[in-house]
Amino acid sequence: MKVKVLYFASLREAVGTSGEELVLPDEVTTVGALRAYLAARGEGWQALAVGRNVRAAVNQRMMGADGAVAVGDEVAFFPPVTGG
Amino acid sequence: MTNDATSHVGLSVQEADFDVGAEIAALSASRRDVGAVASFVGLVRDLNEGSGVSAMTLEHYPGMTEKALDEIIQQAWQRWSLLGVRVIHRVGRLEPADRIVFVGVASAHRGEAFAACEFIMDYLKTRAPFWKREETPSGARWVDARESDDSAAARWQ
Repeated sequence: MKVKVLYFASLREAVGTSGEELVLPDEVTTVGALRAYLAARGEGWQALAVGRNVRAAVNQRMMGADGAVAVGDEVAFFPPVTGG
Repeated sequence: MTNDATSHVGLSVQEADFDVGAEIAALSASRRDVGAVASFVGLVRDLNEGSGVSAMTLEHYPGMTEKALDEIIQQAWQRWSLLGVRVIHRVGRLEPADRIVFVGVASAHRGEAFAACEFIMDYLKTRAPFWKREETPSGARWVDARESDDSAAARWQ
């Protein structure tokens, strides 16, 4: 399953990229599973590990760990927002 | 509903500064039903968390940021009887005393204008994807989200 993943702010710096196109294994179908999958890549990616204070959006809508991820989706990870 | 939200709602995410007086005036221009305009302007301070701030850079998520702000404005529009809403949020590099954000709300009476203005700011602070990175004497740092912002937003639920 192909998806687009974006990273913002401190998370972008931690993982060293602002985004990528990814082909996910069949079992990765939720935001939480995608975080665990990415965190397993190693050092900087640990910033995405479950338990870290990370927000997620799927197709530009905020989603919790059980939010569904489907083919073609745009998934974004970022720290809690600090605008205003 | 006599109010058409789409024609009296303005939303901009931009690098450029804005003219507060002109924005406030525009909220009641050529209409006779507006009895109150409440506004909020957020500015860059030269001090945060105990250290000097020489500049900050605001990052956002193009597309989602606009959607999130629009959703917040629509919620305010449904909750109060409003006649106009204008939200402007700047991005990019800003220095102390620079304006960051403008929220202006027009209604028939002050109560609704005050409440909606505060609601929009409280929700913007916790739901709109913007991130601040400050430049301080000890280096650059990402600003941490504040719990007080979460509790400010929670009181509207």
